Amino acid sequence: MMENAILVSHLGKSFGEVKAVRDISFSVTRGEIFGLVGPDGAGKTTIMRMLAGVLQPDEGEIDLDGLDMLKDAENAKLHLSYMPQRFGLYEDLTVSENIFFYGELFSVPRAERISRSRELLEAAGLLPFGKRLAGQLSGGMKQKLGLVCALIHTPRVLLLDEPTTGVDPVSRRDFWAILYNLRESGVTIVLSTAYMDEAERCSRLALLHEGKIRHCDTPSRLKESMPGALISIFSGNPRKTREVVSNQPGVLGVLLMGDRIHVRVDDAATRIPELEKLVSGQGEFEIRIAEPGIEDVFVALLDEREEA
Amino acid sequence: MAYKETLQIRRDPRSLAIALLMPLMQMLMLGYGVSLDIKHVPLCLYDQENSQNSRLLADDFVSSKWFSVSRVLTSEEGIRDAMDRGECVAALVIPSNFSRRLAMTKRASVQAIFDATDVNTTNIALGYAQGIMARTSTLPSTVDFEPGTWFNETLDSRNFIIPGVIAVILALVGAQLTSLTISREWERGTMEQLISTPISASEVLVGKLIPYVAIGFINAGFCLVSAVYWFGVPFRGSMGTLFVTTSLFIVVVLGIGYLISVRVRSQLGASQIALLVTMLPTTLLSGYTFPIDQMPQAIQAISLVVYPRYFVTILRAIFLKGSGLDDLWMPVSGLAIYAIVIVWLASTAFRKRLD
Repeated sequence: MMENAILVSHLGKSFGEVKAVRDISFSVTRGEIFGLVGPDGAGKTTIMRMLAGVLQPDEGEIDLDGLDMLKDAENAKLHLSYMPQRFGLYEDLTVSENIFFYGELFSVPRAERISRSRELLEAAGLLPFGKRLAGQLSGGMKQKLGLVCALIHTPRVLLLDEPTTGVDPVSRRDFWAILYNLRESGVTIVLSTAYMDEAERCSRLALLHEGKIRHCDTPSRLKESMPGALISIFSGNPRKTREVVSNQPGVLGVLLMGDRIHVRVDDAATRIPELEKLVSGQGEFEIRIAEPGIEDVFVALLDEREEA
Repeated sequence: MAYKETLQIRRDPRSLAIALLMPLMQMLMLGYGVSLDIKHVPLCLYDQENSQNSRLLADDFVSSKWFSVSRVLTSEEGIRDAMDRGECVAALVIPSNFSRRLAMTKRASVQAIFDATDVNTTNIALGYAQGIMARTSTLPSTVDFEPGTWFNETLDSRNFIIPGVIAVILALVGAQLTSLTISREWERGTMEQLISTPISASEVLVGKLIPYVAIGFINAGFCLVSAVYWFGVPFRGSMGTLFVTTSLFIVVVLGIGYLISVRVRSQLGASQIALLVTMLPTTLLSGYTFPIDQMPQAIQAISLVVYPRYFVTILRAIFLKGSGLDDLWMPVSGLAIYAIVIVWLASTAFRKRLD
């Protein structure tokens, strides 16, 4: 039986006149990695904070593992772990002191604290740095230490707000390896991210825009639901190419992706020859049908909204 | 540049308020709090003779604006008692042979005793007393005036100032340090994490304050040692009394610092407010430099809520008079009420919410 670890219904929060998030509803199954994806200001952090019980929603309900987050927050907090964007590491404490402190906050027994912190540090590759001040760690190491601190009390739900922002790719891979292991052991993870490649690693995604969930599904189903087809054009001058193809009939959207552009068209078979002709005047190029990424889907779905 | 500065200041109303209120408050306190004109010095009257002559002399004191009779005594011990309780600063003793000696020798003497813990008041009151005695026209003959000072026999103002300084230091340091504890968490971004844990508000309060209580006691010990051994201030009270009262004061001061810290999310703002609420009242309205009973009524009333005044009074009494808790019940209970209110406020102030 699929069990809901988190059930959010009709959540809303305003800051003064500004409606930060509106009518947010979703559920997360136990052992899922659920991603909140959206640009800055979409309301990711606000939702995370409400899930973590540090921000009181104006409306709606949060059920966390059978506990009402709004009425029984202190009890619910025992079972979750929240890692804010600016993680609460005490930079003037050492790595072990930080872990010890968080262990104490969750009343983890001393013996368990020692064995578990060793285990977690080892998994994070931080074992040799136990005595180093947290402030002297690299960005990636800090995030991993943050995760270790967040896991010291073996939470059932882990909330991560943009955990890998500003972290190098290698550390990011380590970080995800830890997350996959956690999922194996039945921990439910909710994370927010602005990185689309990271979003693809989640088991399910909510695409957020301007405080509302626009779409919520698995990454592959989201990709299938993208209207039209995607064509990738590689050329010497992608900016110029983008300009040229932008206003062509049948072109639904153009996205610059480094040295190539992604063009979303209504029908690939008819549009490829047309576009080929168009960009051939600009020297070398390559044109082919491409697999859409989450970023393409996101942009496409938002475009559809605006047109509708 | 100036425009940019102005914009920045206007966008930070707290600093602006501090920048404007600080000088204003200083002006108010300095303008009203400082009064070296002493009137209505509380006087105890011990008329051993109770004759027409003695009453005539006493009336000169009673009717003058410089003194006001706070108590009429019937025994020598009463003087000591009244001074310990702070009911009078001066006592006039008219001996039982006053009229007889006046009649026989045309010369008699009266005794005036001053509580010299507050040197300023004593010196000025002494002058007034001498003036009244010199102008006294109701008596036919010369009355010799024998002034005496108690408690601070050398009239050394250091003995009067130093106990007050201890209060100032404890208040300043205590509130300053604790004012940073919570705001530091906000500023460094560790607060969001902290409030997502199951820790309770009272655990935060106790956990945050314990280290500072220890620091407060270390400070107090250091102050005591330097006052006695470096400045040579006599210490006549008991360590027990000092410990109890100091504990109360530390709780009040740290509690105030904590309250500020909870409300103000930046360290700079918190420490400025802490400075404002500790240093100004402590130095100006606590009676540490300027005697409270000489301030205008309104300021005296305000000084009732100025917590350091109780501790300054207590410290002076412990050091110079050797008073115990029973003598000091008034300021001690004032301080205790303060402590209870502050702790109650502090324990409910911290909310585990971001908004």
